[in-house]
Amino acid sequence: MSEVLVLVDHADGVVRKSTFELLTLARRLGDPSAVFVGEGGEAAAESLARYGAAKVYVVADPDVTAYLVAPQAEVLAQLVEQVSPAAVLVPASSVGKEVAARLAVKTGSGLITDAVDVRAGGEGVETTQSVFAGSYTVTATVTRGTPIIAVKPNSATPEEASAAGEVVPVEVSISDAAKAARITDTQPKKATGRPELTEAAIVVSGGRGTGGDFGPVEAFADSLGAAVGASRAAVDAGWYPHSNQVGQTGKQVSPQLYVAAGISGAIQHRAGMQTSKTIVAVNKDEEAPIFELVDFGVVGDLFNVLPQATEAVKAAKG
Amino acid sequence: MNIVVCVKYVPDAQSERTFDSDNTTDRVGVDGLLSEIDEYAVEEALKIVEASDGEVTVVTMGPAQAADAVKKALQMGAHKGVHVSDEALHGSDAPATSLVLAEAIRKIGAPDLVITGMASTDGIMSVVPAMLAERLGLPQVTFASELTVEGDTVTIRRDGDVASETIVASLPALVSVTDQINEPRYPSFKGIMAAKKKPVEQWGLADLGVDAGQVGLDAAWTKVTEFAKRPPREKGTIVVDEGDGGTKLAEFLSAQKFL
Ligand SMILES: Cc1cc2nc3c(=O)[nH]c(=O)nc-3n(C[C@H](O)[C@H](O)[C@H](O)COP(=O)(O)OP(=O)(O)OC[C@H]3O[C@@H](n4cnc5c(N)ncnc54)[C@H](O)[C@@H]3O)c2cc1C
Ligand SMILES: Nc1ncnc2c1ncn2[C@@H]1O[C@H](COP(=O)(O)O)[C@@H](O)[C@H]1O
Repeated sequence: MSEVLVLVDHADGVVRKSTFELLTLARRLGDPSAVFVGEGGEAAAESLARYGAAKVYVVADPDVTAYLVAPQAEVLAQLVEQVSPAAVLVPASSVGKEVAARLAVKTGSGLITDAVDVRAGGEGVETTQSVFAGSYTVTATVTRGTPIIAVKPNSATPEEASAAGEVVPVEVSISDAAKAARITDTQPKKATGRPELTEAAIVVSGGRGTGGDFGPVEAFADSLGAAVGASRAAVDAGWYPHSNQVGQTGKQVSPQLYVAAGISGAIQHRAGMQTSKTIVAVNKDEEAPIFELVDFGVVGDLFNVLPQATEAVKAAKG
Repeated sequence: MNIVVCVKYVPDAQSERTFDSDNTTDRVGVDGLLSEIDEYAVEEALKIVEASDGEVTVVTMGPAQAADAVKKALQMGAHKGVHVSDEALHGSDAPATSLVLAEAIRKIGAPDLVITGMASTDGIMSVVPAMLAERLGLPQVTFASELTVEGDTVTIRRDGDVASETIVASLPALVSVTDQINEPRYPSFKGIMAAKKKPVEQWGLADLGVDAGQVGLDAAWTKVTEFAKRPPREKGTIVVDEGDGGTKLAEFLSAQKFL
C-alpha cells in the first residue's frame, strides 16, 4: 500500500489529539507516515506509532521552524517527490492550511480545506466539507496530483492501531527564498489547564452579555471540563484573548456540546459553531437569533442561570 | 510605497447562499459585496500610503458584478482598480485564482507590498495569500494583527494557535491581515464622488497571457461531486428562567448524557 503523509501538529513535542485523528483517517487511504517537524520527534514516535504510523519522518533542521510556513512546504514537497504518497493530510489550522496551499502549488496538486471526513472513494480520495456557515454539506474529490487534504479537528475518533513507527531522519535543503519571513519572537500562550478550544468535546462561550465578567462562564466550563470561547464583541472589548474567539475570523469549533452565554448569534459567530452537535444558549433576549439554532435555550440572565447550572452539574457529578 | 490589495466579491452571508447546477458557488444569483475582511486590507493599505506616499491599486478576479467590490475600495480611498474577468474563469479553484491574481499583480508592476484579507468570507479557505506568495516568490507574512513598515522592512504580530509571534521580512512582501488590525473607514460622500473618476482597468485572460485551459471549472484540481442542504435543525426546547433555569439546563445536559 502507498504511504499517506500526515503532518504532525505538536506543541513543543507533545503531539496533539488532532494528529491521532489524522492518522486514524489516513489508514483508510494507505499506510500512514507521520512527518514531524521540530525538536522531539524521536520521543513523539512512540505515540505516533500507537496510532498507526509505520514511519515517522523527523525533520529537525532549525531552519524549518525559524521561518514562517514556506520551509515546511518545501519539506513536504521533497517527501512527496521521494515517496509518491497516496495523499497528504494536514491539520486545518492556519499554519496547516498555508503549508498545504504552498504544497499544492509546488506539486500541482488539488487541495481541499476544512474537510470533516476523508475516505477512499470511487474516483480517489473523497472528502466531506461543511460550507456556508454549516448550511450545506459538500462532497469533493481531487482530480490532479497528490490529494492534499486539510482536516478539521474533531473529524474522527482516534483509534489505536499499533505500527512500527520507524524513525527516519530527513535531511532537507531549504532554499533561501523560503527563508524570507523570519520568526523573531514567540510568546507562548498562558496555560489555562482547560482543553484546547478546537479539540474540546464541550465549549462554553461568553459574549457581550457577560459585561466583561467571564467568571460564571469559566466556572460553568470547569464544571463540565470544557474549553472557554468568546464572541468577537467580548474579544474586541479586551475581556478575553483573541485566540479564544469563535467564528469566521476566530476558531471554527465543532464540539459535542456548545454553550453560548450572552451571545446574540450573529452570522459571523455562527460560522464558527453551527456544526456543533448539541447547541445550548442562555440569553436575556428571547428574540436573539442564537435561539434559532439551539437544542435547548434558557431565556434569562446568565449571572443567575450559569451559577445555578454550575452547582447542579457539580451535584450531579458528585 | 506602491501597494496592491486583493479584494474579493462574495455572496452576502446574510442572504441565502447556494450552488449553481454545475456545483460551483452561485455568485450571480445572490446579492454580493466586497468581502468584509478585505475591507481591513484596504484600510491598512490606505493607512500606510497616507503615512508615507504612494498608490493603492485594488485588484479583483470575478464576474461582472465583482466591479462592486472594486468600486467600494475606490470609495474608501484606493487610487486605481483592476477587474479581471473572463468567461473562462467561471468555476476556478484557489490554485487558478492565485495564478490569475499573480499575473495581474505582475502586470500592475512590482509593488512594494501585496495585501490580502486573511480569508474570504465565502470560502474561509485562507489559502490564496500563501499561494500568491509562493507564485510571486515573495516573503509570506500572513495573519497580521499588527503591521509596521520601516524602511524596507515589514514587521507583523501574528496571533498563532499556541503562541503570539513576531515575523520580520524585507520588502517586497505579501501580507494578509486579520480583522484585529484596524477599523475600516466608511466611504465619505467625497470619497463616493471621487471614486467615479478613478481609473478601473478591465483585463481578460489574454491580457495576462494566461491560457484558458489553465483556469475555470474544467481545469480545477478539485471537483465538487455533490452538495446537499443540511436539514434545518429541529426546533429546540426554550424555557424562560423563573428561578429554576439553571437547574433545567443541568437536567437537559444530564438527559443528553453530558454529565
Ligand atoms: C469581518 C467580521 C468578522 C467577524 N468575525 C466574528 C467572529 O469570528 N466571531 C464572532 O463572534 N463575531 C464576529 N464578528 C462580529 C459579529 O458580527 C457580532 O458583532 C458579534 O458576534 C457579536 O457578539 P455578541 O453576540 O457577544 O454581542 P451582541 O450581539 O451585542 O449580543 C450580546 C447578547 O447578550 C445578551 N445579554 C446581555 N446581557 C445578558 C445577560 N446578563 N444574560 C444573558 N444574556 C445577556 C443580549 O441579549 C445579546 O443577545 C465579525 C464581524 C465582522 C464584520
Ligand atoms: N477572486 C479573488 N479576487 C481577489 N482577491 C481574492 C480572490 N480570492 C481570494 N482573494 C484574496 O485572498 C484572500 C483569502 O482568500 P481565500 O484563500 O479564498 O480565503 C482574500 O481575503 C482576498 O484578499
